[in-house]
Amino acid sequence: MIKVLFFAQLRDQLATSELHLPSAENHDIETLLKNLKARDKNWQRALSASTVLVAVNQTMCNDNRVLQSGDEVAFFPPVTGG
Amino acid sequence: MIKLQEEDFSVQAEYDKLRETSSVGALVTFTGLVRDMNQGKTVTSLQLEHYPGMTEKSLAKIVEEAKSRWHITDCTVIHRVGELTLSDQIIFVGVASVHRHDAFAACEFIMDYLKTEAPFWKKESTADKQSYWLDARESDLTALNKWRK
Repeated sequence: MIKVLFFAQLRDQLATSELHLPSAENHDIETLLKNLKARDKNWQRALSASTVLVAVNQTMCNDNRVLQSGDEVAFFPPVTGG
Repeated sequence: MIKLQEEDFSVQAEYDKLRETSSVGALVTFTGLVRDMNQGKTVTSLQLEHYPGMTEKSLAKIVEEAKSRWHITDCTVIHRVGELTLSDQIIFVGVASVHRHDAFAACEFIMDYLKTEAPFWKKESTADKQSYWLDARESDLTALNKWRK
């Protein structure tokens, strides 16, 4: 299984903070995103923003990153701390 | 030292801890506050969310990078999370070094990286009872790029 987290406005838009998905169907970030966008128009719209960032196991990465069972994936908007 | 906390901090107490080492000849501190106006709206309070686990990792990496670039004797980063109101302290960065150049540069570097890489998000509440997530600023990316040259 893969744990998927959403933060800030992305979590609000999707009304979802956490998902657990089978790793067999989500072998990399690109595929995971494709599967999530296929859920409905709202997911399609929210995850298509060019500003969406992704981290795997708490380190930022790009869409080519290959996923393994037990990985923690997070999607979030640009950060605004400080 | 890196700390994430809901409670307030004392700049004086943090400053005093950083000057305990006798080789320290320069101490630069930065404090970020909640201000009453942002992107044209009157702000009344602020909610600070973060990504537990990644936030600590990200801040540690930024401080390590600063230590590899400048001679730093000691460094403290405190970032508050949760509910904050006007004029509350949000962040403290203190850098102690032998000479001022390292302390000034490292303090600015840590802030510029934190603004674009550490997973914190601000949600502001305004006078008209609305609340909205802040958009990232283009100027923060510009500030970051000067360290990448």
